Amino acid sequence: MKDFQMSNEALPPLSRMVTDLAPSGIRKFFDVAAQMKDVISLGVGEPDFVTPWAICEAAVQSLKNGQTNYTSTYGSLELRKLIARHLAARYGVNYSPEEEVLVTVGVSEGMDLAMRVLLDPGDEVIVAEPCYVSYKPCVTLAGGVPVGVRTRAEDQFRISVDQIAAVTTPRTKAILIGYPSNPTGATMPADMLLEIVAFARKRNLYIVSDEIYDRLTYDGEHTCVSSLAPERTILLNGFSKAYAMTGWRLGYACAPAEILSAMNKVHNYSILCAPIIAQMAAIEALKSAEPSVQEMVGQYNQRRRLIVDGLNKIGLECHMPQGAFYAFPNIESTGLDEEEFARRLLFEEQVAVVPGTAFGAGGEGHIRCSYATSLEKISIALDRMGRFVERIKAEKNSPSRPELTEAASR
Amino acid sequence: MSQAQPDEILKILARDARTSPETIATLTGRTAAGVREAIAGYEQQGIIKRYKTIVDWERAGVQKVHAFIDVRMVPARDKGFDTVAERIQRFPEVSSVWLVSGASDLRIVVEGADMREIGRFVAEKLSTIEGVTGTDTHFLMRRYKEDGVDYTDDESDQRLVVSP
Repeated sequence: MKDFQMSNEALPPLSRMVTDLAPSGIRKFFDVAAQMKDVISLGVGEPDFVTPWAICEAAVQSLKNGQTNYTSTYGSLELRKLIARHLAARYGVNYSPEEEVLVTVGVSEGMDLAMRVLLDPGDEVIVAEPCYVSYKPCVTLAGGVPVGVRTRAEDQFRISVDQIAAVTTPRTKAILIGYPSNPTGATMPADMLLEIVAFARKRNLYIVSDEIYDRLTYDGEHTCVSSLAPERTILLNGFSKAYAMTGWRLGYACAPAEILSAMNKVHNYSILCAPIIAQMAAIEALKSAEPSVQEMVGQYNQRRRLIVDGLNKIGLECHMPQGAFYAFPNIESTGLDEEEFARRLLFEEQVAVVPGTAFGAGGEGHIRCSYATSLEKISIALDRMGRFVERIKAEKNSPSRPELTEAASR
Repeated sequence: MSQAQPDEILKILARDARTSPETIATLTGRTAAGVREAIAGYEQQGIIKRYKTIVDWERAGVQKVHAFIDVRMVPARDKGFDTVAERIQRFPEVSSVWLVSGASDLRIVVEGADMREIGRFVAEKLSTIEGVTGTDTHFLMRRYKEDGVDYTDDESDQRLVVSP
């Protein structure tokens, strides 16, 4: 390497857009937590279940059969047919497997593709916050301008058509919605979605709907946005959450043929096709894993009740989330802000949670607690959090001994 | 009770019999009194047979030998296999007795201190029962999974501590 470092001149700067992009708020926290021992983590955004074994077996078998080649850029037709059939059976939406279904590398890629095909520089996308960490960066990286709309606990973190209308401008191109929500666990009832859809029609806006947590809906039924406005919706979904397949990196996008063909053009140049082994696994998932999905959903539901009950009991006000696997309690009663709360909870009680602000505006005064972990671990974490909250309250009442917390955090 | 959906209370207790009625109430969204009542009903009806603890005896340092024995026999007039099965199940060293399809009639599980003890049981007690025409003994070599419990090394959580 030395030979190449002769010049004193600094290398040219990296892209300004990327340099200016804020790193994920979760990243910062992860680096600290990863160093510590005996941490009980409520900070994990993925299932604790391993992929159902039949799915893994199918993947191994596909390798043995020599299925190590590229597939169509759209993805295996067998898989696309199964996806279309699954969506039709579940939500009554009809997508043509040949030209309206694209297999992607997770919803992450699908979101990136959606933004890249919809946006010209300066186009605005309305995003409900707090939201998944990559929504706004995806808009920015595609040259667009994310316009955050802050949702509130008292509205169950649902976005209303009035809030959308209030920020809509002539540059607005799309509304990005992601329910059930990471990090709030909020869901959207059909009537509220209908209002948003009607508004999108009136103003001729696209809708990008991230429904990766659709199967993890506990009270009521999930409404697929495509069933309301198929002509203008890009539906994003995948296998990570419902089938506990996060590491396989497999998702799909569904949209009218013209949009999807544009997405496929970008996908073709940047990805070519999703990995075939994951596609073969996904085929098995759709064919046989429904009982496993239901079993997992049942267990998440028990954990949901346990954690929400526990959080409220220790004085952290928490709405019952209707979907996903996150509780999003308010921690303002402790007098700490969310960053300080999360940092001290990690150092003093070895429980990892994520500060709400990592997910944007509206996350202030909240923390995200993932309940994708065993009942036993949730119970221990709640005990530790209870102890922590008691101590903070005692401190507040006798503020003369701050050295105690100093010592504890060392 | 519908066949498709067993009561969640039973599923929770089958997983961990020590779960308190209060916790079950939280997990299922019912009242503690309602849960207690339901459990009492299940106990009375014999739906809940017993609460037991799963012990890894080997890890506890207790040597035990298990054998699966396939038993062939002549069914008795009017009684079928019941008479012989009932005689076999009374031996304390027999922990399970099942009537099965296939080449043999009963499959039983026998527990003993060592192989000789089980060998003696087969030779002296089991094969001398009237109606038993043959036995096939399979000693258990290693337990990988039993009643849904993994006996191999625990899988640790491979996930990152914090992820989006």
